[in-house]
Amino acid sequence: MKLYCLSGHPTLPCNVLKFKSTTIMLDCGLDMTSTLNFLPLPLVQSPRLSNLPGWSLKDGSAFLDKELKECSGHVFVDSVPEFCLPETELIDLSTVDVILISNYHCMMALPYITEHTGFTGTVYATEPTVQIGRLLMEELVNFIERVPKAQSASLWKNKDIQRLLPSPLKDAVEVSTWRRCYTMQEVNSALSKIQLVGYSQKIELFGAVQVTPLSSGYALGSSNWIIQSHYEKVSYVSGSSLLTTHPQPMDQASLKNSDVLILTGLTQIPTANPDGMVGEFCSNLALTVRNGGNVLVPCYPSGVIYDLLECLYQYIDSAGLSNIPFYFISPVANSSLEFSQIFAEWLCHNKQTKVYLPEPPFPHAELIQTNKLKHYPSLHGDFSSDFRQPCVVFTGHPSLRFGDVVHFMELWGKSSLNTVIFTEPDFSYLEALAPYQPLAMKCIYCPIDTRLNFIQVSKLLKEVQPLHVVCPEQYTQPPPAQSHRMDLMIDCQPPAMSYRRAEVLALPFKRRYEKIEIMPELADALVPMEIKPGISLATVSAVLHTKDNKHVLQPPPRPAQPSGGKKRKRASEDIPDCKVLKPLLSGSIPVEQFVQTLEKHGFSDIKVEDTAKGHIVLLQEAETLIQIEEDSTHIICDNDEMLRVRLRDLVLKFLQKF
Amino acid sequence: MDPECSQLLPALCAVLADPRQPMADDTCLEKLLDWFKTITEAGSSLLLLQENPCLVELLCHVLKPQDLSSRVLSFSLRLTGVFAAQEDCFQYLQQGELLPRLFGEAGPLGGAAWTAPTVRSGWIQGLRSLAQHPSALHFLADCGAVDTIFSLQGDSSLFVASAAGQLLVHILSLSMRGLAEGPPGLQADDWPPCAQKIVGHIEESLRSTATPQITQALNVLTTTFSHCHDPWTQVLWVRLHPLVAALLEKDPVPAAHSLVDLLLSVARSPGLSSSSCGLWETLAQTVSHLSPTQAGLLALGILKLQDCPQALRAQAFAVLLQPLACVLKATAQGPGPSGLLDSTAADSVTADMLPPSKAACVGLLCRTLAHLELLLPLPQRPCPWPQVPLLGAAVTLLQLCGGSGSPASDAGRQLCALLLGCVRVQRAALDFLGTLSQETGPPELVTQVFAVLLEYLRSPDSSPTVLKKAFQATFRWLLSSPRTPGCSDLDSDAVLFLRELLPVLQKRLCSPCWEVRDSSLEFLTQMTRRWGGQAGFRHALLASEVPRLTEQLLRDPESYVRASAVTAMGQLSSQGLCVPSAGPEHPGGQQSLLGELLHILSADSEGFPRRAVMQVFTQWLRDSHADVVGDTEQFVAGVLQVAGQDLDWEVRAQGLELALVFLEQTLGPSRSHCPYAVTPPVAAPAGPLTQALQSLCRVRLFEFAFRALFDCDRPVAQKSCDLLLLLRAKTASSSSLQEPRSSPDVASVEAALQRWRAGDQAQPLGDLEPEVVLAVLRSMDLEGLRGALAESSDHVEKSPQSLLQDMLATVGIRGENEADCY
Repeated sequence: MKLYCLSGHPTLPCNVLKFKSTTIMLDCGLDMTSTLNFLPLPLVQSPRLSNLPGWSLKDGSAFLDKELKECSGHVFVDSVPEFCLPETELIDLSTVDVILISNYHCMMALPYITEHTGFTGTVYATEPTVQIGRLLMEELVNFIERVPKAQSASLWKNKDIQRLLPSPLKDAVEVSTWRRCYTMQEVNSALSKIQLVGYSQKIELFGAVQVTPLSSGYALGSSNWIIQSHYEKVSYVSGSSLLTTHPQPMDQASLKNSDVLILTGLTQIPTANPDGMVGEFCSNLALTVRNGGNVLVPCYPSGVIYDLLECLYQYIDSAGLSNIPFYFISPVANSSLEFSQIFAEWLCHNKQTKVYLPEPPFPHAELIQTNKLKHYPSLHGDFSSDFRQPCVVFTGHPSLRFGDVVHFMELWGKSSLNTVIFTEPDFSYLEALAPYQPLAMKCIYCPIDTRLNFIQVSKLLKEVQPLHVVCPEQYTQPPPAQSHRMDLMIDCQPPAMSYRRAEVLALPFKRRYEKIEIMPELADALVPMEIKPGISLATVSAVLHTKDNKHVLQPPPRPAQPSGGKKRKRASEDIPDCKVLKPLLSGSIPVEQFVQTLEKHGFSDIKVEDTAKGHIVLLQEAETLIQIEEDSTHIICDNDEMLRVRLRDLVLKFLQKF
Repeated sequence: MDPECSQLLPALCAVLADPRQPMADDTCLEKLLDWFKTITEAGSSLLLLQENPCLVELLCHVLKPQDLSSRVLSFSLRLTGVFAAQEDCFQYLQQGELLPRLFGEAGPLGGAAWTAPTVRSGWIQGLRSLAQHPSALHFLADCGAVDTIFSLQGDSSLFVASAAGQLLVHILSLSMRGLAEGPPGLQADDWPPCAQKIVGHIEESLRSTATPQITQALNVLTTTFSHCHDPWTQVLWVRLHPLVAALLEKDPVPAAHSLVDLLLSVARSPGLSSSSCGLWETLAQTVSHLSPTQAGLLALGILKLQDCPQALRAQAFAVLLQPLACVLKATAQGPGPSGLLDSTAADSVTADMLPPSKAACVGLLCRTLAHLELLLPLPQRPCPWPQVPLLGAAVTLLQLCGGSGSPASDAGRQLCALLLGCVRVQRAALDFLGTLSQETGPPELVTQVFAVLLEYLRSPDSSPTVLKKAFQATFRWLLSSPRTPGCSDLDSDAVLFLRELLPVLQKRLCSPCWEVRDSSLEFLTQMTRRWGGQAGFRHALLASEVPRLTEQLLRDPESYVRASAVTAMGQLSSQGLCVPSAGPEHPGGQQSLLGELLHILSADSEGFPRRAVMQVFTQWLRDSHADVVGDTEQFVAGVLQVAGQDLDWEVRAQGLELALVFLEQTLGPSRSHCPYAVTPPVAAPAGPLTQALQSLCRVRLFEFAFRALFDCDRPVAQKSCDLLLLLRAKTASSSSLQEPRSSPDVASVEAALQRWRAGDQAQPLGDLEPEVVLAVLRSMDLEGLRGALAESSDHVEKSPQSLLQDMLATVGIRGENEADCY
């Protein structure tokens, strides 16, 4: 059993598990932090961005000044942003049989894998995951395609040149594999390969293993996966949450008794408590708006935004903010808000029961009805006529490199009355802000990451007790910035096995058993013999028939009738000869009694030695040695067959035959 | 006993003795018992029994085998004890063999009723009452009661077990009191038999291996030494001391908590000269034997003792400080003493002396901090007081809990993992830190204190209670921050701190959690009250958004927050720190605050904000606030009119407070209030007085006060009565306003007041003339009214006769219902 690790990002995993005869890809995350190295894509021509000076080398050579621009001491690539793909060379991806998706954030690399590697298998995911994943991809494609950029920079990627660049460009990894965004056509084609599944549904893969999605509590339709055969169980835990937010709660019980638990997708900000952060978010929002400023919240179109809107729904009246407009701008805003209301069966119990009242599960429906929350596909069109200040704007993309957020950063960045509040934990907010410096706007960092923290992980592991834990290397040591925080790492026994990008792990357990079925007529013919109380044995002669990874014992074909001719006789010779079976032995030999018996039969001068595995009985006179071990007995004597047979018969007296 | 009660008693006794008529409410049995106690304390019990034979009949009756309720049985046992407390009555009951039958083997003791804890408790309390004289001691010895009490010490009911222990102490003390010739010797023969038996039992228990028995013995001794200070207690201690000391040799020390209690009660007992009994040695030994979790309380007790050897005090203080020394050791950046303990003790401290489990470690640290906090303000606190290391320890603990500590050692990291986010330790450490502000510290440490406080105030993870304590500690440290002597201003460092604090306060005022908004407002009020007049503070506050945010919180959905916002705005406005609102709906700024507060007073649905508004208004009137001075009469009239109609009695009472302030301002303060005021002439001239009264009439103060006089809530009526009495006293000297009582106006007002008193307050009094008011005031029996109001509301119903009637009536109703059933 092997695990191929294709991504180095612990919350955007992409691993391939080889288990029995199957090859299973676990998640397909796309590392978008690479886009932070690029200049933002403004919706409207930005004089500031277009007038940034080109960057030149120390020796003054300016051949890169078209590709690289400098802004407040940072250097950015002036090109269409590119993404860092999972490793494609470590394993032939056309051999992947299935891809299991655990949540919509972990499927963003899917088109790259399904469309460009020769992949012919099936992708499994829950319905909300697919629908919201589609929204995220649509938004991404839309953000990038609506601002076409003529230039595509590639000179800087040359290894010899990259070495000369300032950090972080110099340290960027695998830049040659960075790719531009996929097209909508590729998205559609990739999504068409997905088969929908429901929680706890059992899916057979080639009869060899069974995979089952379980609720993980992190997002709408998010799942953990169990991959099991009859005797082995591997659990794959990706983004999971134990907090009470909108999704169905996490199913922990089904993870018990795993041989291996692959643990990814823990919280990216283990020191921030989501509740405290939500409070911080509300306080800062109110403070800004009361001072007449605007609030900008860069966010994804689905996920935490639902919870934030719910908190605000409860908070705005109490904070006297009822007259402040909330705008949600995204090409998929409408679908996201509506989709969230129709996936009732995937929601937490509280929200499910609302459906029967009948009420919409999320209160943002009421915010929309009362005109407090308005949503627009883009800032062009209706939005510009409705727009009132001060206001609160939720819009993408959290990297601040593309999407409508770029426009608002340019628009509001100059006034210290305004505030940008970062709630998505995926990007470093300082890096995200770098191309907007100098910035007068206030910046608040309230990352809300509801995924498991290390205390919760430690409780989870205590409860489900896996034999082995496998996790990204980042989880096996405290974060570099807080090296004294021993609590910010996975602590389990035996210690967790860690992996890093482009590594292949041999998982530490061997398969020992296989389930074989026995045909009823054959079972009828068995004559069990009780050899110990409660344990019966029977011999069986049969033909082992294996098809589709299922093994069945079938009765051997009857011997051919003697009437047949030569040809038939020959056919009957192929039948295995079952008649010359030696009896099977069982039981153990009590050494003391055995020695007494030997003495009774005239052997003297017997010595017994204890060995690590059993005993050695020495017949010194006869120069013979009897080795008795747990699962074997050897009689070693020189060329005295008579003596050997005598001794053998004595040994056999102590054993049961059948 | 009055004849009416004597007449009711037989019927009541019959009811009590009737098992078919169970008493539903045993509080009336308690009241009945209390009544009998007062009667027997005042007179002869024997006489009472002889005059009321029904009582003895009742006591005899309960002995008959029947299904009597355990409450009545328990009551009878206790009642018998009350009677038998007098020796002659005891003899009388003895003659009838009533006592042995009630308290002896033949009584409830052996029966089924004994399973009820209330019966066992009644039995003990009965004996406790009757054990007052030597005859009782003989009786106890004869009926074998003492052995039963021994066994009841381990009763399943805690009340019974504890009462049994106390009864033993009482019997012991009673029997020792009988000794004529001074305290006994150490020999057993010198002791009275009863005492000998009890002490023997205690000795046996102390030698036992079972912890519950040892605990019982120690508890009995603790009670003995804390209640009896006769010379014999010293002999008792000398006799038992070796047995107690022997407990320390066991590992672990059994019943450590009770042992600590005993040693402290011995040490505090004035009857014992501690030095002669080896007490200090035992205490020293105990402190060193017990685990840190158990020893803390003992150490605190030792440090509170007045006359205690210095060495023992030092030892106890070291034990108390040890957990904090461990914390400092675990987090120390380099080797070297932390300064908390002297060098020899410090070397032996290791970080792993703290309990490894989170609950135990947190408990120990919280207790240690609480003990030290108790010790700090005491005059006998250890000297020199290790202020600097303690301050360091409090700061370190807060840093560890908040996640900002960066321990270098493994032990420190483990401690960090245990304490991270622990709200209990955070609260205890913040309280302790606040208490430490009574002393100062070196500037760099004070800087650290402010830094850690700011960290807590900023942290989004601080829970509301932690935040509140952080605000309190911050205020205390700001108060004590070093300043020029004689000047109450904030020093420059504090002003710098304030600049960092105000943005935090701004954010907290917008918190979604109402508790946080509330405590932020309280903190703001405190600060404004203290430094509102100081330039540095004013400048920083006015430069921030805080005043405007506070104004917005007047409309908060949570009533507590609105109330705190009202108080805060009142304070800000008093200091001229209100920023005029720019909005079109508030043109006048300051003026609009008065309007807004009046609006809250008349329209807010909750009582708290309205009460707060009244307090602010009273304070404004007292301080001659600019908004009020303009047209005081109109202000007072408006407020009184709204307050008079309020449904909340506290608002109405506060209205009377405001009326009183206005009255004093109008009629001039009495001399005692303001010694420096120009003394008015003894007989005030009629002119100004008439004007003053006219002013009171114009604001309709009298109508308000008279209405309040008949208020259904007693505190309001009392306050109004006091106010009118004061007014009458102030005007008494003025002869010119004497008017004939028979004026028609006076009669109509008096008639209206009669109707008001009867509950019909619909009709207003109309415009009143000062003369009429004074005449009405003089004619009213305000003293009588005050006397009536001072009585508790149930004074009519509290008489014993009414108690007996009530008890009979409840049974009577039951009887009727029963008849209905048939």
